[in-house]
Amino acid sequence: MEVVLELTDVVKRFGDNEVLSGVSLQLHRHEVVCLIGASGSGKSTLLRCANLLETIDAGSISLFGQSLEDERIDPDLVRRHIGMVFQSFNLFPHLSVLDNILIGPLHALKRRSGEARDDAMALLDRIGLRDRALDYPDRLSGGQQQRVAIVRSLAMRPSLLLLDEVTSALDPTLVGEVLDLLSDLAHQGTTMLIATHEMNFARDVAQQVVYLDAGVLVEQGTPDEIFTNPKHESTRNFLERVR
Amino acid sequence: MLVGRRGVVASAISSVVILGVIVAVFWLAPGGATVRYFFFNPHLMWQAFVGNPRKGLSSVGWGLVTNLWMFVVSEVLVLFFGLVIAWVRLSQSPVLYPFRVLATMYTDVFRGVPMLLVIFMVGFGLPELSIGFLSTQSPAVYGCTALTITYSAYVAEVYRAGVFSVPHGQLLAARSLGLTHTATMRRVILPQAVRTVIPPLLNDLISLQKDTALVSVLGVIEATRAAQIYGSTVFNFSGYTVAAILFLLLTIPMTRFTDHLVARDRTRRLAGV
Repeated sequence: MEVVLELTDVVKRFGDNEVLSGVSLQLHRHEVVCLIGASGSGKSTLLRCANLLETIDAGSISLFGQSLEDERIDPDLVRRHIGMVFQSFNLFPHLSVLDNILIGPLHALKRRSGEARDDAMALLDRIGLRDRALDYPDRLSGGQQQRVAIVRSLAMRPSLLLLDEVTSALDPTLVGEVLDLLSDLAHQGTTMLIATHEMNFARDVAQQVVYLDAGVLVEQGTPDEIFTNPKHESTRNFLERVR
Repeated sequence: MLVGRRGVVASAISSVVILGVIVAVFWLAPGGATVRYFFFNPHLMWQAFVGNPRKGLSSVGWGLVTNLWMFVVSEVLVLFFGLVIAWVRLSQSPVLYPFRVLATMYTDVFRGVPMLLVIFMVGFGLPELSIGFLSTQSPAVYGCTALTITYSAYVAEVYRAGVFSVPHGQLLAARSLGLTHTATMRRVILPQAVRTVIPPLLNDLISLQKDTALVSVLGVIEATRAAQIYGSTVFNFSGYTVAAILFLLLTIPMTRFTDHLVARDRTRRLAGV
């Protein structure tokens, strides 16, 4: 299977604070990898490094075998292949739901507005929010907003989707609808790297689970290996605490 | 009725009492009559307002028209140049580095130098340079230039503060979609920044409106200068009162409007919308 994203010995520091200490990771096409670990373990930073929102201090990251440290790499072009969804949705409050979805296709990909609009409406149909297309984000529930945010990154037709604790800011009653959408995407073969605290969800959808502790990749394996027979003491401790 | 009337009665009484005290002080002060004659003489106030060319009396009313057009011209220029300066200071391209330094120096210098000195320097300096059309403009044009120079520095900082008020997540989300820095600014950050910036911006514009009076030092006969001329001709200050009232008539609607916007914004934020 083709390797989409590869991290090799990635180190990231903020001042004296080493947030990632030599993390290596491979993500194949149609694969879902879940990152688990306590807050501050480096999950978010890892995702941000992957789409060049942060620059790394050592190691290398490559997308489809092409090194992103190459001087000639245009970060804007890289990001058009990588979707990212945030914990706090980050929808644009001054744009309607439809315009939120259209902004990337129209102003980054320069697609023609008619086609882009049809595609956006189809995406909204898929999450059952077609009739909310002209509403502003603040009129939607948290779960609806996060689903729109997911669809906004899908509108770019990314090769890879990064999800940063996308259910952590949601009301418990709204978590389900977002996870359902992610499960659908997983079953359709979307390549995803997901930082999450939802262990049951990770067990269901992930092919690989990665446990990070204080910037170190402690353990990696299938959900069964990690959740049923964790090899490391710290993994066991973490799983017991979140259970 | 469930609504009590004690509050209404109490505030009415206190208003009348306080107003009465103020009026009484002016009316009963030893020099009260003199002040009323020199500052609030209705006949002379009217005369100062309309002016009288045959007697060589300038009209404060006409003077205000000069203030108004100087304000409108400078306002448009300030809103434009302020944005340009803010844009340069917020740019990231390495090519623009020297311009960023210049823009920073510009805002530092012109927020620091008193308005009056800038007016003197532009109004008396540029003509001395003797370079073509730059040195042959009317004093009012130099006045507008000076106002634009100083106020652009203030307004640039207001715009910049507005940009910083937009949550960082908005920038991250826009860049994650592959939008360039310029597209992000134009389509995501600035439209949101403008909203938060309107009240402080109006505040600066109210200030600009009043500062058009300073241009009188270059010999432009605007409202305050006309009042001064009137006053020294008839030896009465009622013209100043007229000028003050006229300025209030201009600025009060704008201050009320600004307060209204601030209050609306506050209600919205409290409502969590």
